[in-house]
Amino acid sequence: MKKTFKKVVSLGLLGALVVASLAGCGTKNTGAGDGTFLIGGLGPLTGAAASYGISVKQGAEVAIEEINAAGGVKVGDTSLQLKLQFEDDEADGDTASAAYNTLMDKGIQALLGTVTSGAGLAIADQTNADGILQITPSGSAKDLTKNPNAFRLCFTDPLQGETMAKYAVETLGLKKVALLYNNSDDYSTGVAEAFESKVKELGGEVVAKEAFVTDAVDFTTQLTSIKGTDAQIIFAPVYYQDAAYITTQASELGMTLPFIGSDGWDGVLDKVVDKKVLEGAVFLSPFLATDPDTAVQSFVTKYKEKYNATPDQFAADGYDTVYVIKAALEKAGKTDSKDLIKAMTEIEVKGLTGTVTFDASGEPNKGAKFVEIKNGEYASKTVE
Amino acid sequence: MTLVQILSRKKYKIRLNLFAFFGSKGEDSGKSELAYEDIEEKGWLGEYRIYDLIFTKGVSMESIIEQFINGLRSGSIYALIALGYTMVYGIAKMINFAHGDIIMVGAYVLYVSITDFKMPVIAAVIFTIAICALLGIFIEKVAYKPLRKAPPLAVLITAIGVSYLLQSVAQLIFTANSITFKSIINLEAVHIGGITIPGITIVTLVVTSVCMIALTLFINKTKMGSAMRAVSEDKAAAQLMGINVNRTISVTFAIGSALAAVAGIMFICQFQSIKPTLGALPGIKAFVAAVLGGIGSVPGAMLGGVLLGVIESLSKAYLSTELSDAIVFGVLVIVLLVKPSGLLGKNRIEKV
Amino acid sequence: MVIYMGKNMSRKAQSIFTLSNLIKLVAIIAIYLVIMAVMEGDFATRHFKSLLVPIGINIILAVSLNITTGFLGELSLGHAGFMAIGAYSGALFTIFAENHTGLPAPLAFLLGIIIGGIMAAIFGVVIGIPVLRLKGDYLAIVTLAFGEIVRAIINFLGVTGGAKGLNGIPRYTNYKWTYAMVIITIILLSNFVKSRHGRVISSIRDNAIASESIGIKVSNYKIMAFVIAAFFAGVAGVLFGSNLSILKPGNFDYNKSIEILVIVVLGGMGSIKGSVIAAIVLTLLPEFLRGASNYRMLLYALALIIIMLFNSSEIRQRLEDSGKLPRLPKLKARVK
Repeated sequence: MKKTFKKVVSLGLLGALVVASLAGCGTKNTGAGDGTFLIGGLGPLTGAAASYGISVKQGAEVAIEEINAAGGVKVGDTSLQLKLQFEDDEADGDTASAAYNTLMDKGIQALLGTVTSGAGLAIADQTNADGILQITPSGSAKDLTKNPNAFRLCFTDPLQGETMAKYAVETLGLKKVALLYNNSDDYSTGVAEAFESKVKELGGEVVAKEAFVTDAVDFTTQLTSIKGTDAQIIFAPVYYQDAAYITTQASELGMTLPFIGSDGWDGVLDKVVDKKVLEGAVFLSPFLATDPDTAVQSFVTKYKEKYNATPDQFAADGYDTVYVIKAALEKAGKTDSKDLIKAMTEIEVKGLTGTVTFDASGEPNKGAKFVEIKNGEYASKTVE
Repeated sequence: MTLVQILSRKKYKIRLNLFAFFGSKGEDSGKSELAYEDIEEKGWLGEYRIYDLIFTKGVSMESIIEQFINGLRSGSIYALIALGYTMVYGIAKMINFAHGDIIMVGAYVLYVSITDFKMPVIAAVIFTIAICALLGIFIEKVAYKPLRKAPPLAVLITAIGVSYLLQSVAQLIFTANSITFKSIINLEAVHIGGITIPGITIVTLVVTSVCMIALTLFINKTKMGSAMRAVSEDKAAAQLMGINVNRTISVTFAIGSALAAVAGIMFICQFQSIKPTLGALPGIKAFVAAVLGGIGSVPGAMLGGVLLGVIESLSKAYLSTELSDAIVFGVLVIVLLVKPSGLLGKNRIEKV
Repeated sequence: MVIYMGKNMSRKAQSIFTLSNLIKLVAIIAIYLVIMAVMEGDFATRHFKSLLVPIGINIILAVSLNITTGFLGELSLGHAGFMAIGAYSGALFTIFAENHTGLPAPLAFLLGIIIGGIMAAIFGVVIGIPVLRLKGDYLAIVTLAFGEIVRAIINFLGVTGGAKGLNGIPRYTNYKWTYAMVIITIILLSNFVKSRHGRVISSIRDNAIASESIGIKVSNYKIMAFVIAAFFAGVAGVLFGSNLSILKPGNFDYNKSIEILVIVVLGGMGSIKGSVIAAIVLTLLPEFLRGASNYRMLLYALALIIIMLFNSSEIRQRLEDSGKLPRLPKLKARVK
């Protein structure tokens, strides 16, 4: 009898849990008709990649506040206020899938996300099936835009690789380059591959190609190998934490080769102990908080006031994406996803990260900004 | 590459296509060429040239020595950690999964004591070691002692739980982002011939050697050391001899954790960055080192640690970075298949 | 090595048309109808509907891990590795089948599932052999090493897409397939543990030396347990891949193995029903606590420690003796 009692209790608990989850049911608001336009946000708010998701969310919130204060978005002959519903996807495909469904339950009309590529690829087909406009502010995997409903705001990996290849071989005239990249990360691998082929195309030579895996902290082996070659410059398309380790260890090994990087380097100054190891490093970044441009400074000020922190490129990406959605709404004059998607190819937006237009494949057309580290600070660099 | 060529200190590039053994490139099988070629080739399963384990590296004498020294350095850290594993296994007959995470705790404590409490360096180091030793004793008393009579599976799962607990607490307090930390050791790099040895490497090698010698002396020459050896041989007999088994076990955990703290300090002085998952991978690799050297044997842990470090470094440099972790684990499997008691260990007979 | 399913060979062959089996069949169909109503209808949120498949996958994973950890009594920390092998094999096959053959989707998927399971089972043998002579701690570490090796190799190989992941997997998984697989898994494994082979495996857990001494080839049964657990993990992997349409090596790391372990521990090692319930709870709970995912790791860790301590504690002894709690299967005692 005791056994059946336990069975009944556990089944009862289970039933209660299931009913509770069902209870949040049936309510499918369409979000329309009440003067607002609901933007869904998807990105990591917890976990190792949390800083990216939080930045995007906060940047977007600044933009939304700004737009609503100025009277909202003019769609057709009404003005709509923007609203943001941001869900945590933990940068994981499974969680992103569930979170996306939660957003759809809440009746979102456009999707700002995902922030990371892995999560984005997992829901790409679902968003396409729903036909909803999706713009990823920062996801860099090529396949994120394979469907007609998806667009991208940030650089693609191939673009960065090619730009830096041109910089190294043509601008600096250095033909022998070393490549150090993370081959368990699609961002790093994507940029590295594009870089390598462009270097060869331009007549240069990749004399060393060293790889590491995510979470590696010890790069002395790879750097020592590079040291033994005749490389003149090292390209490391990695995230800022890895960049910090790499440059620090290179300096300890007595290496003096110049470093170039990709947009993942943004934030590297906070991660090194001795800023001298970064002196002269050049990387690409869509956004620089010290840029004297008025729009940038106004954003930086508002962001600092609201969140007590300096915005990074992810925040700028979030901000710009909201403005892109606004432009699409204004151009389309309607809130239907079909019309918004069509309008995307017809708009031009002057954002914090550059002036951008979109082509039919979902890719952005915009220029790349160079950043150089001079005297322990980020400095904008013009390269012809 | 022949010995003559190595000694002549010229740089040669080697091309060794391992997978040609299986593929259609019959004429290349097994040959090594002293030429640099474009490595854009087709692997035997298609366009994925990743299948070709080709490596072309400048293999100079200096380079090999530097890689070797790198291996010694990381190996000595593994040795320190492995000592903790091996002592605990010998005495308490359990694998303390949480051992690797004590390194992480040591790193954070050092960081907090220098940055937040503003302690002087020596005091901070002593404080860190003390806190870790106490933590080790605490974990033993709370999580492992109640399970002394339980099946080993339960202890294993609990140990995994403790490891996870340490990581998650650290993540809650310090967030998952890494924290930059300025090394407390500022030694200039040493240049011998064409080789550069970073200052931190020298310090690591010296400190770990001192620790190992001190531990060996302790085990062989002090009363507590003899007690530890006795308990690891036969717990019941040791108890009958009047040895306080509980105290001995506590001391073992304390020493092991203290060594882990030192390893943690060395670690972050080298890499100058701390995050909650810092200890997990070195911990597992140190366990492999302990098994390699013979678990339960103190000199075995030292030997295994250094050996594993060198194997890892050389395979990272000359075989493949991606597979270096797999190779380390492969070592584990091979050792357990061929000689489970490790290089210096003794075979345990199982009584019914 | 023939596995008898559902028949007890030590007694006269019994008919499977017993009353209790009939009730079970009705229950299975009834539950299916309920699920179908929920999925097709408008009662539930999209969110909830999207969770049904992950619940099913976790059930299969937990029940299969229970075979090694609960019934054989050996901690396997590489379960995610088997899942990965199954996932990638099945995915590669379904991608190939969709693009290069004219196989109808259901057939391709079924073949994919079988292939994934078999590939994982093959690796179950591969890992079974080194662990033959090992027990307890060593065995656990070797399984951990195995999981990491599998992940490193998948990362390294080009055909699996490496770090970028394997993309473009046809999305065949839906609640019908998942439910079918879950039911098949539960039926097969429940019968297995009650069968002669299953009981042998449990006896190894209880006392390996005694088993050996009455002529049971412990090593054979150890491999059997690993192979069966691996097969179903592989099946779960194929369902997983076809649900997300992308596979990354990072999905199958040590953390994943620990997550499954927590489910098994929570549900009770050696209890299939427990695994099912725990899988459902632990799939739904994080969704409701999504904001607190930082605390989730902490809670899992505490849960593991507390459950283990409780199981061995005197409180539990007293509760067991007074009959309030069922006795746990006695795990292998420590050898001095």
